Amino acid sequence: MREHDIVIIGGGPAGLAAAVAARKEGIQDILILERDGVLGGILNQCIHNGFGLHTFKEELTGPEYAARFIDMVEAENIPYLLNTMVLDINKDKEVTIINREEGLTVIKARAIILAMGCRERPRGALNIPGYRPAGIYSAGTAQRFVNMEGKTVGKEVVILGSGDIGLIMARRMTLEGAKVKVVAELMPYSGGLKRNIVQCLDDYGIPLKLSHTIVDIQGKERVTGVTLAKVDENRRPIPGTEETISCDTLLLSVGLLPENELSRSAGVDLNPVTLGPLVDDSLETSAEGIFACGNVLHVHDLVDYVSEEAAMAGVSAASFVTIGQKTRTDFVEIAAEQGVRYTVPQRLDTEHMKDQITVRFRVADVYKDRYISVYYDGERVSHKKKRVLAPGEMEQVIIKKESLSEFPELKKIVICTEVE
Amino acid sequence: METRELTCIRCPLGCQLKVTIEENEISVTGNSCNRGIEYGKKEVLSPTRMVTSSVRVKGGEHIMVSVKTSQDIPKDKIFDCMEEIRKVTVNAPVAIGDVIIKDCAGTGVSIVATRNVDTKS
Repeated sequence: MREHDIVIIGGGPAGLAAAVAARKEGIQDILILERDGVLGGILNQCIHNGFGLHTFKEELTGPEYAARFIDMVEAENIPYLLNTMVLDINKDKEVTIINREEGLTVIKARAIILAMGCRERPRGALNIPGYRPAGIYSAGTAQRFVNMEGKTVGKEVVILGSGDIGLIMARRMTLEGAKVKVVAELMPYSGGLKRNIVQCLDDYGIPLKLSHTIVDIQGKERVTGVTLAKVDENRRPIPGTEETISCDTLLLSVGLLPENELSRSAGVDLNPVTLGPLVDDSLETSAEGIFACGNVLHVHDLVDYVSEEAAMAGVSAASFVTIGQKTRTDFVEIAAEQGVRYTVPQRLDTEHMKDQITVRFRVADVYKDRYISVYYDGERVSHKKKRVLAPGEMEQVIIKKESLSEFPELKKIVICTEVE
Repeated sequence: METRELTCIRCPLGCQLKVTIEENEISVTGNSCNRGIEYGKKEVLSPTRMVTSSVRVKGGEHIMVSVKTSQDIPKDKIFDCMEEIRKVTVNAPVAIGDVIIKDCAGTGVSIVATRNVDTKS
């Protein structure tokens, strides 16, 4: 059987950064598997700017950001297979792939890095009544059609959901001459970045209706309109608030789901909140030698953090290959409580941890003037005030190894929000 | 006197600014820091934006190449620029940074490619 030291599933931003980092750690035998015909993943269709401010200290577009990492992979001569679909990963780290050149092949990996990204929540998951007419797209599909395939998606548009891709597409469709009539958001706040609300909606006078949803889609062959309704605090439509808006296109930007079918078949435990693998501070999953990074681990809002996280996974996989399995001590649990929805990682190996680790998390609601606190076994060790916290903006705390020295028996780290 | 309401985007706080324009005086309220004043003034005096789009490619491995303005342009020129961008078709190969349109819509700013597109093999 063909064998490789590190096999990376996915050639998007996470896979590329992981590969480059693993090579810098001295691993020669790396293989990237990519199902699309090009490297770069979703960045190829994200033609807007705003990428790379942290990584490269300049504002790049998605394709430019991808090209930086593709160039590094090429310069390092890291092998990759395009148009190659991974069908299965088993517990012995055997990866079953299929492509036109080699047919069905099984590759044995010493370490695997999961970097498959995420996909969009589809209409079927929303239970909106109505026929199945043409003209309903997930925002990312429309983005690909407009930006990469040069297709016109529609002329009169309603967008459901105010995730970043929906906001970006509101602007993009407007620039292409379409009329975006409204963006409706079920929640009382937007799930997108503030700068996108201002530069994609406010700039073009596109209304954002919070606490609104779509209760009906009209049209049989093609969408002819949608019915919008206000929702109450339990997100139930309020009778009498319905309003019908004519349109030929409905874009859905209603959430991203980490794509973990392969992780499951490899026996990796998943977190029910992130829908991604449970990982320790080295980003190793519950399956020995299998690491995860990027949007397959948890959905990010900035690619810069994906690259940073993926590099960490690359370094950890390299160390697994060269040093071998760590003698595992008991993990310290990292728990999300009181207004913190989840953390990544969810556990810490205090013996092998780096000098400091970054714990990323999201809050459950919009909070003003709240503290982010860190507790070690019930003792508060950090307490920082934030003027504003929102679910759409990922937060982080740094845990330093030296701060743990006074807690030799540490069992649990809690990250939470506090009013005072 | 003219008053405009803006959301500051210099940080995630998103302060609701009230910018008042009175002859030669511009005053900003609602800000939490100096960056809010700076943002409010710039947005009222000379708001600028980057514009990104895609144009068709002939004979390339991909049918579209993504493009951007080489620097930000006045906000009120966005649609003029888009009109020129929409008319353009380029021939492969195209490399990142290649000038696609010089001095787009009289802004003095070029439209440049943001993706490499090789010729079709």
